[in-house]
Amino acid sequence: MKTSPDVATTETAKHDYEPVIGLEVHVELKTKSKMFCSCRNEFGAEPNTAVCPTCLGMPGSLPVINRVAVEYLCKAGFALGCDVAPYSKFDRKNYFYPDMPKNYQISQYDMPLTTGGGVTLSSGKRIRLNRIHLEEDTGKNLHAGGAMAGSDYTLIDYNRAGVPLMEIVSEPDISSSDEAEDYLAELKAVLSYIGVSDVKMHEGSLRCDANVSIRPRGANELGTKTEVKNMNSFRSVGRAIKHEIARQAERLAAGDRIVQETRGWDEVKGTTYSMRSKEEAHDYRYFPEPDLVPLALDADVLARWRSELPELPDARRKRFAQQYGLSEYDAQVLTAERSDADFYEATAAACDDPKQAANWLMGDVRRALQSAGFTALAQSPMTAAQLGELIRLVKSGAITGKAGKEVCDILVAKGGDPNAIVAERGLGAVTDSTEIAAMVDQAITANQKSVDAYKGGKANAFDFIVGQVMKVSRGKANVEIVRALIKERLG
Amino acid sequence: MLTGHEIRDRIARRETSALEITKRSIDAVAASEPELRAYLTLTPEYALARAAEIDARLARGEDCGPLAGVPVAIKDLFCTQGVRTTSGSKILANFVPPYSATVVAKLESAGAVMIGKTNMDEFAMGSSCENSGFHPTRNPWDLSRVPGGSSGGSASTVGARGVPIAVGTDTGGSIREPASFCNIVGVKPTYGRVSRYGMIAFASSLDQAGPMTADVRDAAIVLEAIAGLDPMDSTSADVPVPHYEDALRDDLRGVKVGIVREFESSISGDAAMSSLYKEAYAALVRLGAELVEVSLPHAKYGLATYYLIAPAECSSNLARYDGARYGVRVSDGGDVYQMFERTRAAGFGPEVKRRIILGTYALCSGYYDAYYVRAQKVRTLMKQDFDTAFSACDVIACPAVSCPPFELGAKSDPVAMYLMDYFTIPMSLAGIAAMSVPAGYVDGLPVGLQIAAPAFEEGRMLGVAHAYEQSTRFAWARAPKVGAA
Amino acid sequence: MTDVPIDIAHVAKLARIALTHDESAAFTAQFAKLFGYIEELQALDVTHVSATAQVIPIMNVMRDDIIRDCLDRAAALANAPDTSGPYFKVPRILE
Repeated sequence: MKTSPDVATTETAKHDYEPVIGLEVHVELKTKSKMFCSCRNEFGAEPNTAVCPTCLGMPGSLPVINRVAVEYLCKAGFALGCDVAPYSKFDRKNYFYPDMPKNYQISQYDMPLTTGGGVTLSSGKRIRLNRIHLEEDTGKNLHAGGAMAGSDYTLIDYNRAGVPLMEIVSEPDISSSDEAEDYLAELKAVLSYIGVSDVKMHEGSLRCDANVSIRPRGANELGTKTEVKNMNSFRSVGRAIKHEIARQAERLAAGDRIVQETRGWDEVKGTTYSMRSKEEAHDYRYFPEPDLVPLALDADVLARWRSELPELPDARRKRFAQQYGLSEYDAQVLTAERSDADFYEATAAACDDPKQAANWLMGDVRRALQSAGFTALAQSPMTAAQLGELIRLVKSGAITGKAGKEVCDILVAKGGDPNAIVAERGLGAVTDSTEIAAMVDQAITANQKSVDAYKGGKANAFDFIVGQVMKVSRGKANVEIVRALIKERLG
Repeated sequence: MLTGHEIRDRIARRETSALEITKRSIDAVAASEPELRAYLTLTPEYALARAAEIDARLARGEDCGPLAGVPVAIKDLFCTQGVRTTSGSKILANFVPPYSATVVAKLESAGAVMIGKTNMDEFAMGSSCENSGFHPTRNPWDLSRVPGGSSGGSASTVGARGVPIAVGTDTGGSIREPASFCNIVGVKPTYGRVSRYGMIAFASSLDQAGPMTADVRDAAIVLEAIAGLDPMDSTSADVPVPHYEDALRDDLRGVKVGIVREFESSISGDAAMSSLYKEAYAALVRLGAELVEVSLPHAKYGLATYYLIAPAECSSNLARYDGARYGVRVSDGGDVYQMFERTRAAGFGPEVKRRIILGTYALCSGYYDAYYVRAQKVRTLMKQDFDTAFSACDVIACPAVSCPPFELGAKSDPVAMYLMDYFTIPMSLAGIAAMSVPAGYVDGLPVGLQIAAPAFEEGRMLGVAHAYEQSTRFAWARAPKVGAA
Repeated sequence: MTDVPIDIAHVAKLARIALTHDESAAFTAQFAKLFGYIEELQALDVTHVSATAQVIPIMNVMRDDIIRDCLDRAAALANAPDTSGPYFKVPRILE
């Protein structure tokens, strides 16, 4: 087992070396059927039930391109500022692996569907993209008895074989693990916005390999890179890159050379380990897929797909800050998911108060979601119209802030008409001055000591009396009226 | 055995029944099979049940299609649901497809009755049927000789009239050469004319299914039945399928027939073959055709081009035979890659291994441009040769083969065997339509005339072949040794 | 005869075929003859010629994103040399 480089070495290394990182991100497209056959594209189906002659690679079977997979990739390309190629084709990537039914993968080699484009990080730095291409996913190997090397046999489920996959390849513009995580978050936001993928790393619908090298600060030449695999969250991508940078720096500092190889990330140990050396690596023998014909997408079709794109996260974030006067942070949080941002805008319109709508969504709604056991706003039955109405009720003083929180909890958990909930639960604010005056008089009589203290100059005694009135009213008395009446009584 | 259209007509006139014809075919095949060994799997129970069903439907007045009750043999690389399909390879000795090829489904809906699956060179790689993973097939005209290949079983059984109709596949000559050897009609349609779905691939950019029949009319009927756009095959063409029988003609007045200068000089060394083809061209002239000389300057590169492209594609197409999902597995307790390597070593015959190695090499980085890409460029030149030639003629007439059928074991050198496809490869590389039609005999052994036409002009080609066949009557001759049922 | 540039052992490894010594030797000799033909292509000037990957001028063949019936699991596994429950089973994978 390798030991992690100690902090001192890492720190020294950081000063001497500059990391150069490129990411290869595989994203499963959320089509109904698979890339080249009509089997359902479904996560978590019973093993080997979403398969047919084509995705099992049976003799005589042939692939046919799923139009929507092409559409989704092009939309992702447009959203990321890529150029969609006027002419594109598929190629075969040949290598043997038991989860790959034909022992070749239909992919794209020298004519990917898109080139160029980029992702802008929150710092404003632009990470350029090299290309996005379309390919098919492999099946899944299950290694009996746990550890790969120790088991006698491997079980294979081909349900995932043939699921459409786009590979997004960045230029080596990323300089730190933080930038890598930021890049992934931005990418995820864009892709989920345009609705082409679930982008769930834990379900494997987004997978990331990192090409990591380091070079002396200021040098032009690139160092030898390693490819790091098997990370299962954005966080572990960051950790793996950080570790790999430190490991390479330690090697170079010790006078060793970096071996070009594939390294796996061990989440538990927090280290990378050698998987196979590239020297004895595959020769993929790419050649044009003779079972498919080329793509030369019609300009009209491309224009239509482009026009169907929604407003993208970055643009929406900027608009939210400007149009609604939100802080950078609030705008960021509210636009992270497209459905949340839609909800926010509908709420703001319903209550005619963008600031309050943001406050509620960032505060009480979020808290209520947690206590209701929801992990996303979309899981709650509450509508934006309902939340907007609640905000109106509080703003108008028809209910108190405290009652508003109670209604909010109910809305988030079950949805409903806020007015009905208020009526049903008797949560309406008491605004009748006569009624409140009686409660004030009662409180003054019952708390003569505090009255005396207030008159003797103790200002906080006033708040105590207010509190007593609110207690009697079970929180429903309009607090402004209560304050005014106490002041009036006590002079 | 009658031809397919004769059966069609007699069944229509109620002179016979599908069941009677099917029984006769089963008996004929059974009689010749010990000598010919044309089949890998026979399906008599299926055939009889199907014939009875067709008779019942005909009795109810239903239209059962243009091939109602006609017995057919299917090359064993077409997947047949529930019926073992091997592609002539031991590696698929136990493979039973869960689906049928489009060609098979179309023949069925045209009313044809499948009698069995025919022998072939393993994965269609060969020109003699000797590369079958199971056993060789013999030529009904001379049992010491090969029937040609790779569609040798189909050619042999039609040549012996066990069935009037078979389907084969042609990648570099695998329909035309055996058709020539067995005195039958064999059509390689334009690439994209017939769906490849369910056809076990050898070289995807070249493979094409086609009819192998007793006469030209049957070829026209079968081609019409199996041709057309198939949404399951991206490379099948959206070009309307004509009623090919309407294109059959009895004279060739106004037809310009191209004679290929390069081919004539290469066959001129063989006096017997050369004079046979000279007589064939003379017959075309007697029918009213005008002969024009055309040139295919890049045809001589056909062999080299073909033996880069086809093995390259085959090396990839055959990668799936690894013992994991179907077929035969050979494993001795090692890891999965050892299982792959042993399975493939034991399951593939020498010719298949040779082509996989060659093709794998041609695609390797560092050699890809020099070999594969260069071959694809020469392919372009070859296509252009044909475009130029067809600007001066309507069809091309040329040799289908350089010799009559040879004896088993005569061509142990693989390159000598590859040369058998010398006249057929250029048309395959250009993707155009080509066929072989019986053209006479050398030393009593059949030889075919090749007729080629521009892409999707099968009607024109069949028309010329029909006129030639009707006037020369070579197709009516029966194999002397076996059959004659 | 032409020199054969093929490293047959390496290529056989890529193609995952365990060749015998005799097979390798025979192939070497046979390829030498074939390369006599193949090398003829090198003499052609193809600088300005485009490569033909497909002979027919078809483009943009795509299908609609529609789900059709998959195979029953039993049918999917019916041809498998070895299975375990709902899975295909192969010898272990060593990296």
